[in-house]
Amino acid sequence: MIVAFVEQAGGRPDQLSLEMLALAARLGAEGHGVLHAVLFGDGAAEAAATLSPHGVASASVVTHERLDDYAPVAWASSLRQVMAERSPNLVMAAGSERGNEVLAYLGAQTTLPMVANVTDVRGGPRMGITRQRWAGSLLEDAWLDGSVALMTVAPHAVAPAPSAATTTVIVEPFAPALGDADLQVRVTSRVAPDAGRISLADARVVVGGGRGVGGAEGFAALEELANLLGGAVGVSRAVTSAGWRPHAEQIGQTGLRIAPDLYIACGISGAIQHIVGCKAAKHILAINNDPDSPIMEKASYAVIGDLRTIVPAISAEIRRSR
Amino acid sequence: MDILVCVKRVPTTGGRINLTADEQDIDTTYLGFTISPHEECAVEEAVRIVEAKGGSATVLTLGPASAEDQLRDAMAVGCDAAILLETDGREWGAMATADAIVDAVRAREAAGTAFDVLLFGHEAADTGDFQVGIRVAVALGLPCVTGVKVLEVGDGRAVARREADGGWEVFEVPLPAVVTVKEGINLPRYPSVPGRMRARKKDIARTSPEWHPAGPEKIRLRVPVEAGSAVEVLGNGPAAAPQVVEMLRRIGVLEP
Repeated sequence: MIVAFVEQAGGRPDQLSLEMLALAARLGAEGHGVLHAVLFGDGAAEAAATLSPHGVASASVVTHERLDDYAPVAWASSLRQVMAERSPNLVMAAGSERGNEVLAYLGAQTTLPMVANVTDVRGGPRMGITRQRWAGSLLEDAWLDGSVALMTVAPHAVAPAPSAATTTVIVEPFAPALGDADLQVRVTSRVAPDAGRISLADARVVVGGGRGVGGAEGFAALEELANLLGGAVGVSRAVTSAGWRPHAEQIGQTGLRIAPDLYIACGISGAIQHIVGCKAAKHILAINNDPDSPIMEKASYAVIGDLRTIVPAISAEIRRSR
Repeated sequence: MDILVCVKRVPTTGGRINLTADEQDIDTTYLGFTISPHEECAVEEAVRIVEAKGGSATVLTLGPASAEDQLRDAMAVGCDAAILLETDGREWGAMATADAIVDAVRAREAAGTAFDVLLFGHEAADTGDFQVGIRVAVALGLPCVTGVKVLEVGDGRAVARREADGGWEVFEVPLPAVVTVKEGINLPRYPSVPGRMRARKKDIARTSPEWHPAGPEKIRLRVPVEAGSAVEVLGNGPAAAPQVVEMLRRIGVLEP
């Protein structure tokens, strides 16, 4: 059996969790057995009911009077109790902030190894895994021994593969035994995002600016283009290190990993630490005065020249053509 | 307030990563080394806490003898003391690393130093295991908040914020606590020349924990094979704007 921690919000499973389930379902079909999902929070039962096309046979919806918001230790303890009941040989989660955190706690509680950001698993007498290093700039092939393998699946490494299956997911409530120690670390309050702002993580179009933008004031033109395209502005590490833009906008190894339809890389040379954050974009348009910069190897389209004249010209052309 | 900040020595990689012939490591012949980026910010945060509240900041690393460089770098920007858990250069897994750090913290406690805050980076740049801080916290029975970008400590509590869904999640935990921080929590300072001079004279406490296998067993590293895109140059300069808009329609970003 495979136990899968599926994240959800408002009754809808998270995209990264669906990617993880695609790998989990494949491993299930290859002999690891049936797929059992574990979900938390409001809407968990509704989300669980939608998982049949993703290979899930049954699901535990964790409910506890003291679990009102995210509490990583309590979630890990709940998963551990589901494990004790179901005896899986694999426990999987998405390589998200929560997926990595909850499985790390589960690994610490059970003293089992936990492997983060796996991209592939091979069967055989020993389990072989491939995982990301350097945020995906390198891969590691490794053996993973042990009674139960704990792993998270790297974001954007596996595509969700819903089937046409129409079986009903058996959804059952699960009441874990939780103590004060499980609930010491929990979200005590939240600060809502700025209303009306398009989240960089979810934007379909991201206009990225690098050192070539030249300074904080140069970003006005990028903001304008992003607004016209209903997108958001992102930046490289050089930009946040210079203090031109806030770190929340940083794309790359130590910032966000995005997967928009279009990434417009303006004045970004394409260091490997930046590329790992944007390579999941469907299309990349590079605007750069150096036709030989590394970003060109990843770009699908390019305009060569000074971004300070090119970006405003594109905005003007979009306005004109509307 | 006494702070422990745990860092990792990693190579400074550039545009392309080259591997050694046996595919076991990165070829670092032509590379320098640095403190992993999130941990650089953890060092800065430790120094800022001590500047504001008094106390001491101790930097710890597990690594080869040459990791002394990174300890001196941390002391050059204000850490007071350093601990080197010296290895023979073999790679240590997350579980073994956490065990060695737990032993070092317990040894300090036995000698009368209890840390109020144990700072880590959210994940190491090279291995990206996302778990050493959590494993240390669980072993020591301490609360842990990960991925922190805003941290306030005082009055026996830590209030930590991390980014979530475009907003913030706020955690409040009692001290002592483990906190793993992310780049962006601060902008690390550059060391001053007097700072570097002082760091050179400071003592480093050294122990040699025993390596033990734990976790995945590395077969090889490899550079992912990625289909290089054939770039279509749409034009030169602002005159290319109409071709860009035409492309935006073609890929569906603008309505046809």
